[in-house]
Amino acid sequence: MRRIAEGKAGGVAPGQECFIIGGGEGVVVHAVVFYVFAAIAIAGAVQVISARNPVHSVLFLVLVFFNAAGLFLLLGAEFLAMILVIVYVGAVAVLFLFVVMMLDINTLRLREGFLQYLPLGGLVGVILLAELTAVIGGWVFVPDVEEALQTGGTAAMSGITNTEALGRVLYTDYVYLFQASGLVLLVAMVGSIMLTLRTRPDVRRQIIARQLERTKANSLKVRKVPTGGGV
Amino acid sequence: MMPDLFPALPEFFLVCAALVLLMVGVFRRGETADVVGVWATLALGMTALLVLAGDGERVTTFGGMFVTDRFAVFMKILVLTAAAMTLVMSLAWMRQERLGRFEFSVLILFAVLGMLMMISANDLMALYLGLELQSLSLYVVAASHRDSSRSTEAGLKYFVLGALASGLLLFGSSFVYGFTGQTGFDRIAEILKGVEGTSLGATVGVVFILAGLAFKVSAVPFHMWTPDVYEGAPTPVTAFFAVAPKMAALALLVRVLTGPFAAMIGQWQQVVVALAVGSMVLGAFAAINQTNIKRLMAYSSIGHVGYVLIGLAVGTATGVRGILVYLALYLAMNLGVFAVILSMRHKGRLAEEITDLSGLSKTHPLVAAALAALMFSMAGIPPLAGFFGKFYVFIAAVEAQMYVLAVIGVLSSVVGAFYYLRIVKIMYFDEPVEVLDPPPGRSITLVLTASSVVVLFFFLYPPPLLLQAEAAAASLFPG
Repeated sequence: MRRIAEGKAGGVAPGQECFIIGGGEGVVVHAVVFYVFAAIAIAGAVQVISARNPVHSVLFLVLVFFNAAGLFLLLGAEFLAMILVIVYVGAVAVLFLFVVMMLDINTLRLREGFLQYLPLGGLVGVILLAELTAVIGGWVFVPDVEEALQTGGTAAMSGITNTEALGRVLYTDYVYLFQASGLVLLVAMVGSIMLTLRTRPDVRRQIIARQLERTKANSLKVRKVPTGGGV
Repeated sequence: MMPDLFPALPEFFLVCAALVLLMVGVFRRGETADVVGVWATLALGMTALLVLAGDGERVTTFGGMFVTDRFAVFMKILVLTAAAMTLVMSLAWMRQERLGRFEFSVLILFAVLGMLMMISANDLMALYLGLELQSLSLYVVAASHRDSSRSTEAGLKYFVLGALASGLLLFGSSFVYGFTGQTGFDRIAEILKGVEGTSLGATVGVVFILAGLAFKVSAVPFHMWTPDVYEGAPTPVTAFFAVAPKMAALALLVRVLTGPFAAMIGQWQQVVVALAVGSMVLGAFAAINQTNIKRLMAYSSIGHVGYVLIGLAVGTATGVRGILVYLALYLAMNLGVFAVILSMRHKGRLAEEITDLSGLSKTHPLVAAALAALMFSMAGIPPLAGFFGKFYVFIAAVEAQMYVLAVIGVLSSVVGAFYYLRIVKIMYFDEPVEVLDPPPGRSITLVLTASSVVVLFFFLYPPPLLLQAEAAAASLFPG
């Protein structure tokens, strides 16, 4: 944290406290943490496509998501980090895990003839690379970006976190839309239950009360069986 | 600061009713479909009363995202009537087919809620959420007969195409937001009024929004899903589809085009004219060869949307008045026709072919007479109600000197008369093949009676509807 000495940059008044990118020994720690997260994320991503067991692939995917969430935290986007963990790890990856476990995919069979897709895949890769180069080659920075970064930067303006700032508008200005989206999700839930849930009448269910009711007296019969006579 | 909740009171009531009924359906033991269905109908009636309780002045709330005015009140009453009537009819039908499930009524309530939100939408985001709430409920309802492959196919088809339409709508909305910097209708209107010449980005946005909404009202060339979905969905659902969602989407179309994009009439007018002409012509010609009565009604509804769009293409208060009168009468006619279709069955088996109606005049003379009146009205033959619907729309077109549009409308309604009258011919001049069973419930007979009375005797006393429609239309064009 630093105090802005002079000038107004990025809407920050002089004397106001704000986070600034660059400068100080925090940068070293910051960079080290970044490289650790990034390296683990990339290694995890490689494992996702190269692991033999699809369940391992999904677990590595979870690892990638966690590291990406860490990268978001470093950028000060704690809300995105939380959403990433809750939505992608908590819902999407678990769903993948269910699907993978239920389908029982034979990866060895899938991998047969893997190489014959190489030309097509490679072509797509090359095209994407060319497009990316074109985009990055044509990238122009705003002329005063250096100056703006040094004086203002991306700041958490008035000390409110992202989450709080979002909450402040979500529950006031946009409460109507927020509630409406909730209803849309409810309808999705009701709809999927209606279309898939079947109550089967012939299923035997466990009734605990009846289990507990059973005593030795009403469930056990002792008989004297004569030798060689059978029951 | 707490937003003013009073203008949205009917919607609040409907949400609470739907949630309570959902809980009742889940936790009540035994057969719940009927109880929930009856209470859902009552909830719709109560919502209609709450809508009427408002004084009709234009009020916005939730930061301008939600608006009520006379137009909204008029359209909401139409939607609620349509939904309540179809719900009543479908309960009897479902009981007979043993398809009754309480979720059906709850989803209909949510769909109606979405429609009310669409009608009252005053913001692109509110528009989208209302539309999605409605569409999502309808996708599920279309597939609700899940053991029938046609019903599930209808649901899936509707879902995929509806999602595409929502995509187009969102794409257009993002363009409009990008070029005006606003999502609220009032602000967009102000900004577009200040633009000199035409803003290309906003035009692209409006065209995409129009395309998305044209999907929802099934205007040509975005009509492909309609016949398949109408045919595949369970008949009460088809009856519901044919009226309520169309009204809500048309109301939305009218509000969007005459509100925020009023200044861009030069851009959207030609699109609406093309949609109107295409729908009228296709609705008239494609229906001729149909043998399934639900498909026939699908093409008929496409044609009717074409006539309604004439009123919109004109872009004046007279045009909107024509639309409102048309929709109210269309509601009355369609409910009656579907009451007959819902009671079509031979010895407990569903019948959907037009030839199944042959000789109806000898076996059920009253039903045949009512259906004949409805068909004459659909064809637009005076002095039946359907004639007045077309009349006011064409008048608006002539007043705005869009003679070509009016002439195409008259010609295609002559062609359309062919297939409506063919049904009358089959009923009265063909020999009965099989005798239809009596209607499954008194409610269906009641709806049929009410709608034929409206259709037959509307010409005796039209002023109440006309005045209401005029006031509602005027509320969209202040000053």
